[in-house]
Amino acid sequence: MLSHYSYDIAHLIGATVLMAGFALLYQRRLQAVLNTFAFQALALAAAAGWQAHVQNAPHLWVTAGIALVFKAILVPFALHWLVKELGIHRAVETALSIGWTMIVGVALVALSIMLVLPVTANAAALTRESLALAMSVVLLGLLMMITRHNAVTQVVGFMALENGLILAAVSAKGMPLVVEISVAFSVLVAMTLFGIFFFRIRERFDSLDLQYLETHRGDR
Amino acid sequence: MTMAMLWQVLHILLIVALAPLVTGWVRLVKSRLNGRCGPSPLQPYRDLFRLLQKESVVAHSASWVFRAAPYITFAAIWLAACAVPTFTLNMALVPAADLIAVVALLGLARFWTALAGMDVGTSFGGLGSSREMLIASLAEPAMLMVTFSLSLLSGSTSPARIMMFVLSGNIGLSVSLGLALVALIMVALAETGRIPIDNPATHLELTMVHEAMLLEYSGRHLAMMDMAAMVRLLLFLALIGGVFLPFGIGLPGGGPAQAAVGLAAFLARTFALASLMAVFETSIAKMRVFRYADFLGGALLLGLLATIFHYVSEAV
Amino acid sequence: MLIAAALGLLLVLALLAVMFGAFARTHSLVYAGCGIASLALLVGGLRHLGVVEASPSLVLPMGLPWLSAHLRLDNLSALFMVIVNVSGAAASLFAIGYNRHLPEPARVTPFFALFLFGMNAVLLADDAFVFLTSWEFMSLSSWALVISDHTKKENRNAATLYLVMAVFGTFCLLTCFGTMAGAGGDYTFAAMRARELGPLAMFLVVLLALFGAGSKAGLVPLHAWLPLAHPAAPSHVSALMSGVMTKVAMYALIRILLDLRMDVAWQWGEAIMVVGGITAVLGVLYAVLQDDLKTLLAYSTVENIGVALIGLGLAIAFKGSGETSLAALALVAALYHMINHSIFKSLLFLGAGAVQTASGERSLATLGGLLNRMPWTGAAVLVGAAAISALPPLNGFVSEWLIFQALFKGPALPHWAMKFGVPVVGAFLALAAALAAACFVRAYGIAFLGRPRSPQAAAAGEVDWSMRSAMVLLALLCVVLGAIPVTVTEALDGVVQPLTGVHFAVSADLGWPWLSPVSSTRGSYSGTVLVMVGLAMAALTVFVVHRLGTTRLRRSDAWDCGHREDIPQSQYTGQSFSQPLRRVFAATLFAAREEVEMPEPGDLGPARLKVRLIDPIWLGFYVSIMVVVDFIADRINILQFLTVRRYLLMMFGTLVILLLVVALRQQ
Repeated sequence: MLSHYSYDIAHLIGATVLMAGFALLYQRRLQAVLNTFAFQALALAAAAGWQAHVQNAPHLWVTAGIALVFKAILVPFALHWLVKELGIHRAVETALSIGWTMIVGVALVALSIMLVLPVTANAAALTRESLALAMSVVLLGLLMMITRHNAVTQVVGFMALENGLILAAVSAKGMPLVVEISVAFSVLVAMTLFGIFFFRIRERFDSLDLQYLETHRGDR
Repeated sequence: MTMAMLWQVLHILLIVALAPLVTGWVRLVKSRLNGRCGPSPLQPYRDLFRLLQKESVVAHSASWVFRAAPYITFAAIWLAACAVPTFTLNMALVPAADLIAVVALLGLARFWTALAGMDVGTSFGGLGSSREMLIASLAEPAMLMVTFSLSLLSGSTSPARIMMFVLSGNIGLSVSLGLALVALIMVALAETGRIPIDNPATHLELTMVHEAMLLEYSGRHLAMMDMAAMVRLLLFLALIGGVFLPFGIGLPGGGPAQAAVGLAAFLARTFALASLMAVFETSIAKMRVFRYADFLGGALLLGLLATIFHYVSEAV
Repeated sequence: MLIAAALGLLLVLALLAVMFGAFARTHSLVYAGCGIASLALLVGGLRHLGVVEASPSLVLPMGLPWLSAHLRLDNLSALFMVIVNVSGAAASLFAIGYNRHLPEPARVTPFFALFLFGMNAVLLADDAFVFLTSWEFMSLSSWALVISDHTKKENRNAATLYLVMAVFGTFCLLTCFGTMAGAGGDYTFAAMRARELGPLAMFLVVLLALFGAGSKAGLVPLHAWLPLAHPAAPSHVSALMSGVMTKVAMYALIRILLDLRMDVAWQWGEAIMVVGGITAVLGVLYAVLQDDLKTLLAYSTVENIGVALIGLGLAIAFKGSGETSLAALALVAALYHMINHSIFKSLLFLGAGAVQTASGERSLATLGGLLNRMPWTGAAVLVGAAAISALPPLNGFVSEWLIFQALFKGPALPHWAMKFGVPVVGAFLALAAALAAACFVRAYGIAFLGRPRSPQAAAAGEVDWSMRSAMVLLALLCVVLGAIPVTVTEALDGVVQPLTGVHFAVSADLGWPWLSPVSSTRGSYSGTVLVMVGLAMAALTVFVVHRLGTTRLRRSDAWDCGHREDIPQSQYTGQSFSQPLRRVFAATLFAAREEVEMPEPGDLGPARLKVRLIDPIWLGFYVSIMVVVDFIADRINILQFLTVRRYLLMMFGTLVILLLVVALRQQ
């Protein structure tokens, strides 16, 4: 009974991560996209925390901590600041209209459910719901990357994809190196963000010398 | 059988008596959150009585559709509310209409209101009717998909049976039910004409949807239309509260004591949900008209997802 | 027998109409005769449905030399005879008054009688020859009716396209029956039932049946002729073509897929269901974008055929998977929808005819305010519009409810394709139903409510007694069929039982007024109770309101928020009303764009708003086929211009090749 409820709660948190993935596709303003991503990372931290509690795996607390601190707080703050400082266009430019993107999203969720169902027929049926959720989040992250023009939204899509992978990793019992994977992905994302930052600076000022940035500060 | 009929009659009277109070309560909570004193929650009763006493002014170009629509709209919504249990599941009319019929009765009310909006031949009436039909064309399918997922979960389309199933506890914390709840809330906001879809307190005609169809109404006709909107709000609050939090509701075969407990539970959850709705309305802004499709399309897709997700957890 | 006499009467009436066509009175008398014949056929059909007896059959010494003509009346035929002749009688009654307003009644009346004859003969056919002959008879007489007003170019184009599609349909059906009959040459239906078919032959049979009957019914993408041909014909004929001829096509589908072949695979059921869903949504989207009343109604027919196909597809899928009681439910739902649609679509088309007679206008842009000027027509068409929007307590809602109940049981099937397909089709059906309500609020509101948008609409008056009574009778039928659903479903049980093998279990433990198909706990509906309680509550409301308040009423100018707009052009038009729907649904699929042409400063002309739409199916499907056909025709056209020597070379070459073949086969 308690184990049944524990799985139910895990699935509910996973569904929240998936809904946040859909909400990412739905937004039309860049600020809202970043806030929604922070919410998704928060839900991911909750999922990792719950799994740490249920599986008695203390290293998952570290994963939850990384997701919370890095992805829910630091990266959104950094991106907000980036958007403001570099004056990036605030509306989300889409390659496909929002309605059709959502319809394709639902089709991808149906696809991942169809794929997952027969594969784990012998294994514990309860884990296949987690797998279906995680795979859906991955596919939705990919969809976001391919239907958006702006580099910032593509990075957010990539991070959403990575959230899905982490969700799958924490849901599987006894998966090793989860913490290491999280850290590696986070470093990759940080490098990508820095890359954007440096690219824009160089483009704007034809140089990476930060002192040029100083002359454009508002209070001078 | 006679107990069922008695509860049904009491239920019908309760709906009509309580609806203005719930609307008054929502207005009071919104006012307080806006930093104002707000009107008394009994004010809608006084407003309705005042309107009933006034002479009804009808345009020259209006036909009998204009004069009949308020009564038909109100009767349709009242009839739909009769089929949604509030304080007891043991009611005589429960087998007469299931959730699909409730959706269709609400559609009947909307059909007549939209026609009434177009009857006088003003541009604002057409504006209201046209926007209302856009909202309907997406909200109705979303609600039917929610009904589909609820029927998959509980094996029935009747609201009483669904509530009984949820009460029995076999359902656990199902993802499908959660998605259906979110979709139903989005649909309820659209159907009852609340922010973010429509602002019930607006004075600007170009931002109106529901009010624009009622602009020509006055006197007792306007009272009936307002009353219909209030009953519709109570219907959705009762439906959401009953399906997702049916604790305390009177079961078939229970006596007056159970019904009294059911009544207390119903009042508690209705006013709690109304307060939550008021808080939600105060915290966001109304959407642009062409964003309705994104919002309600999202509700439809959530309903579809709820059905699909059911299969994943089905074999569990 | 009654039926034979009635059919003979129809032929005689056609002849009389031709001989005495010059006199004005003849036409009304002929239509009255047609009405009587239809009523006789209706009574014959009802009598057969009511009595449980063996199907009477008849063998006539006509037709092909080795095959006489077989005719048979079983329950399915009787039901469709009822459907055909209710609308046939109503249309004949309508035409008694309407024919006076036609430009050339002599071109219409004889073919009308022949059209009725053809449709009834299709239903009675028990072998492929009689079936196809009657089918062609029906097509050609309706073609003659479509082209009766030949002075307009669009009617001529419509008739050409209709002829092409009709020939295509008959060709498919011919091949289908041929495949079913095999090389034996025995084309009776009994022989076809008894034969075993291999998988390739089964595939061909189902595909050809879908193309053949589907093109007549209006399946997407074979529907393109419907919105052109149905408006071109006179209104009483459009009512029959839309309301009834499409049902005869559905009869052919049911006959082939559920009776002649009892072993259709469930995958076909799923395919038909999905095609039905797409047809429904596309049909209603097209309808919402139309300004011409009759084109709008024709597209709405496409939508309703899609809905009936969803039910039919579900029935085949359930039957193929062994769930026969659910198949019975789905089939009853589909048949009920066909009955309902024939009634309210005929009513709406007759209403459009009445509007056109009274005001001379057919387009929503020039109508308005007709309810005050045509009270009977307006009330009847309101009932029709409410019925087609599936609003309780009318008949349209009952059939939609039954189809939804069948759909909600779809996931009971074990196949994953069905488990995922049924919710998607359910979403399509729900979307189509909601858009249909929007479409008919628009059509009724713009045409009948508001203020007249043209002087012709302002001058409209009520039509004469025959037209009014036909519409009112059909409206009453809508109400009655909605209030007694259990009686109708019990009557349909006899039709469904031989096709699915089980009885349709209705209201198992709840009793008469409650319609609860699967079980009483599953979900139930009672039209009767809702009507009674609803009326009681409405009466109570009126009473209380008049007691608590005042009954004073004053007529005045419209309030309109203080803006006095005296010009009727300030109202919403049809295109304005559908603009939000156009933006949301038609922006990608139909490439809907709005353009404003602003005049130069100083130019006194008005600014114009233009709405641009494309027809994706016409451009994507038909035009592509026409381009391919043109290309091939251009290449083959060279054969027209060869020299004498080249023709002789062709003949010589063919002879040599055939001799070679014979020589090689002899080895």
